[in-house]
Amino acid sequence: MTINPISSLTIMGGVDKDGKDEPVRYVEIVAGEIVGIVGPTGSGKSTLIDDIEQLAQADTPTGRTILLNGQRPDESIRADPRRKLVAQLSQKMHFLADMTVEEFLCMHARSRGKDESLFSKIVELGNTLTGEPIYPKDHLTSLSGGQSRALMTADIAVISDSPVVLIDEVENAGIKKQEALKLLAGEGKIVVVVTHDPVLALMSSRRIVIRNGAMVNLIDTSHQEQEICTKITNVDNWMLSLRETIRRGDIVEDKI
Amino acid sequence: MKLVVLAGTPGAGKTSVLLHTIKSLISDDKKPAVVKVDCLWTDDDRRFKKFDIPVHVGLAKDMCPDHFTIYNTEEMMNWADEKGADILLNETAGLCLRCAPYPDSCLAICVIDVTTGPNTPLKVGPLLTTADIVVMTKSDLVSQAEREVFRERVLEVNPGCKIVEANGLTGKGSFELADIISKWPDVGDDMVLRYSPPLAICSLCTGENRVARKHHMGVLRNLDGFMEYKGE
Repeated sequence: MTINPISSLTIMGGVDKDGKDEPVRYVEIVAGEIVGIVGPTGSGKSTLIDDIEQLAQADTPTGRTILLNGQRPDESIRADPRRKLVAQLSQKMHFLADMTVEEFLCMHARSRGKDESLFSKIVELGNTLTGEPIYPKDHLTSLSGGQSRALMTADIAVISDSPVVLIDEVENAGIKKQEALKLLAGEGKIVVVVTHDPVLALMSSRRIVIRNGAMVNLIDTSHQEQEICTKITNVDNWMLSLRETIRRGDIVEDKI
Repeated sequence: MKLVVLAGTPGAGKTSVLLHTIKSLISDDKKPAVVKVDCLWTDDDRRFKKFDIPVHVGLAKDMCPDHFTIYNTEEMMNWADEKGADILLNETAGLCLRCAPYPDSCLAICVIDVTTGPNTPLKVGPLLTTADIVVMTKSDLVSQAEREVFRERVLEVNPGCKIVEANGLTGKGSFELADIISKWPDVGDDMVLRYSPPLAICSLCTGENRVARKHHMGVLRNLDGFMEYKGE
């Protein structure tokens, strides 16, 4: 089951919600690149993520085609999670499965053909992303939004370990988002992130603009935008440290 | 004639998945007809009628809805044939999970809602374990990890099935389903059920409404699991 390394992912344009050809016909994303997807709520950002996740072959309602290394992917890698090339961190912040953290992670490892002992590594890694510790015997359904998101992020980094990572709205999570993004992006992965968050949007090298179901524009992150990104990252880290201070029950003494 | 039997737990999204699939079938020049079986009431026929295809509703009323579906399969096929259809899509009500109304040569599709949690595949029984295709709906409401764990559970109880992830809102999965339906062989004569219906017939089946145990006869099962025949 060796798979050639994925050096590029290509989105071939389809149609918008009215069935008209979308203006952007071709987007090629190379390994190591982070690309953003932006647009109003309901415009079709998650649908684009779905198309990539399914490796659409003009067989989804958008009519888009996804190529890997410039070629149509083999049929078998589309469905089998053991061969899956795409890991996805979705908008959903809560688990519904009535299982313990350990049971769930062991089962997930098995479904991906990985060793079950990886679960402790995932819990450990998840705990570096959230202030509230996660224990293997915790019930999944009792985890907070931040804990769930941290665990899902660590799960993707360890178990899924796929060359393509799709992230849907990571900013709502109450976790260390840049660290999460770095962890997910790893070395030489293709990362596509749906976001309204200025820090994450400007951390990407390019962003696809979605309107009425269509890719309408492709914007390169300008030099000025990169400088702004550095500034707001500092503000963001400050916010996070204030949050931790308040969570600990301490008094906020930082000067503005 | 192809026969597709679509079963699943209530609210799993059978009708929504079917609506998108019909759209794909029609654009592929196929001629589907739909029979929707429900227990007491349905207005799903209105949702199907927007496609200008033959639609028929069957209400099981006093009969077990799965038994009703099985008993009427032949009549449904004849009706679809008269209407000039080449695919009969039969959406069942499927409630008690004891029966599976799948004849051997039909395409048996079980629709199951991922948000019910990964223990659900263990509870659904023959409806799931004897299906050819298992359609997982509402996948967008859970994480990829949970989806994959759910999938693993489905494969534990039905290792030979093909799993399709569908979304009744966006139509995801409908092209794939339509393609599978189009390639499925026609049904043969003398169809046989894949799974035996229950053998327990009791006085409740024939309308007894008193609760006390002394009024009941037939093949009965005690709370502790002991099964016996009581009666003449």
